[in-house]
Amino acid sequence: MLSKRVVACLDVRDGHLAKSVKFVNTQNIGDPIEKAREYYLDGLDELVFYDITASSDKRNIMLDVVESVASQVFIPLSVGGGIRSVADATDLRLAGAEKINVNSAAVARPDLINECSEALGDQNIVLSMDVRRVEANAQQPSGFEIVINGGRKPTGRDALAWALEGEKRGAGELVVNSIDADGTRDGYDIPLTAMIAEAVRIPVIASGGAGLPEHLHDVLTRGKADAALVASMVHYGDYRVSGLKQYLHDQGLKIRMSW
Amino acid sequence: MTLILDYDAGNLGSVKRACTEVGLKAEFSADPAAVAQAERIIFPGVGAAGSAMRSLAERGLDVALKRAIANGTPVLGICLGMQVSLEYSEENDTQTLGLIAGRVQRFQLNHPELKIPHMGWNEVRVQQPHPVLAGIEAGDEFYFVHGYYPKPTAPEHVLAVTDYEDDFACALGKDNYVGTQFHPEKSGRVGLRLFENFAKWDGVWQPEGVIHAQ
Repeated sequence: MLSKRVVACLDVRDGHLAKSVKFVNTQNIGDPIEKAREYYLDGLDELVFYDITASSDKRNIMLDVVESVASQVFIPLSVGGGIRSVADATDLRLAGAEKINVNSAAVARPDLINECSEALGDQNIVLSMDVRRVEANAQQPSGFEIVINGGRKPTGRDALAWALEGEKRGAGELVVNSIDADGTRDGYDIPLTAMIAEAVRIPVIASGGAGLPEHLHDVLTRGKADAALVASMVHYGDYRVSGLKQYLHDQGLKIRMSW
Repeated sequence: MTLILDYDAGNLGSVKRACTEVGLKAEFSADPAAVAQAERIIFPGVGAAGSAMRSLAERGLDVALKRAIANGTPVLGICLGMQVSLEYSEENDTQTLGLIAGRVQRFQLNHPELKIPHMGWNEVRVQQPHPVLAGIEAGDEFYFVHGYYPKPTAPEHVLAVTDYEDDFACALGKDNYVGTQFHPEKSGRVGLRLFENFAKWDGVWQPEGVIHAQ
């Protein structure tokens, strides 16, 4: 039986580790390579790097970060942020990223998912979606809407429909990030995660809102997620990856406990 | 020198980085002459069986690889590099190398919550001791990403199994060939241990209770 995964997300800006609260006011909290190595040695199952570098001339810094991390961290490495083409995805793959996350650019041009999945294999393409709650209406019948550009821009797209379309176009996995919950540490959006995880047949990584070990347990059980993404709760030293895994294991979940 | 077979099947850097980490000097090559000379060979792969077999054939690597294996060179196949060691793959309806009797099949799962590909960490249960799998303990997990799985004909070729609805063979061995469905290069410390073991392996192995005629 597959283990449930604990995934840590590192937001990287100009080569430094940043953490956002509701996607604004990012603060610098250290060296991403050092953190990556620390979590790896502490039993992390997978690492996600999100490049939030604003200026395109600094984008190559990310390739260096990925390359350094890949030579020290021997678990799956997933990278996202600003990927607009198969060429961008290929560069990151060659630098050592296992999985490529597409987000805003895929909303603008959905064929990007098909192109990347054909070029790199569907298991390597992750559709990362930022979602906010809305009043259910004709355009967004699920009551959840896709937003882009770091959560700032509503798109009018229904989140459930987009998840299903992403799967059909060849995404091998979904990251479902609730921007309402992001940075709050009040827990994941369980109804959102469960709704999407039940509708698709590809793995779902729940993101946004983790603050307590119980939140991870909740989203991996009631929320039907395959993996739980954490950020602040480990970045600031409140919890350790190994401690979270021990908790989930003690609660009876199948968790990788030897590393 | 360890050769990492580079037949255009995807991201091979991670395999090389894992070799470097354990002090195994490895170089990429797609040259059949280099395959013949190699001290040991790692045969990685991601992608599809059909295109992989075409790439191997175009470069004459299928023949070179079979010859090296016949000559006793230790070979480690990973993921697709393991799958093509069987006779046939349902993926793209492909005839494969035929080093090990059996076929590769698509997962057919009954449980609605189980997903394809089988992606993530899962336990590897060793069935027969093998020098390359030395040190794997009960409960050790490795990283998997695959939609097809190997079904070797003879139980003597099954080194380890993993459970995904049913048990499937996740490590195969025959003489100087060993192959894994999981990715040791992405499996943390236990995965690196497998590369260390391979670096020291002389290519000699016999299944338990089976005496090979020389």
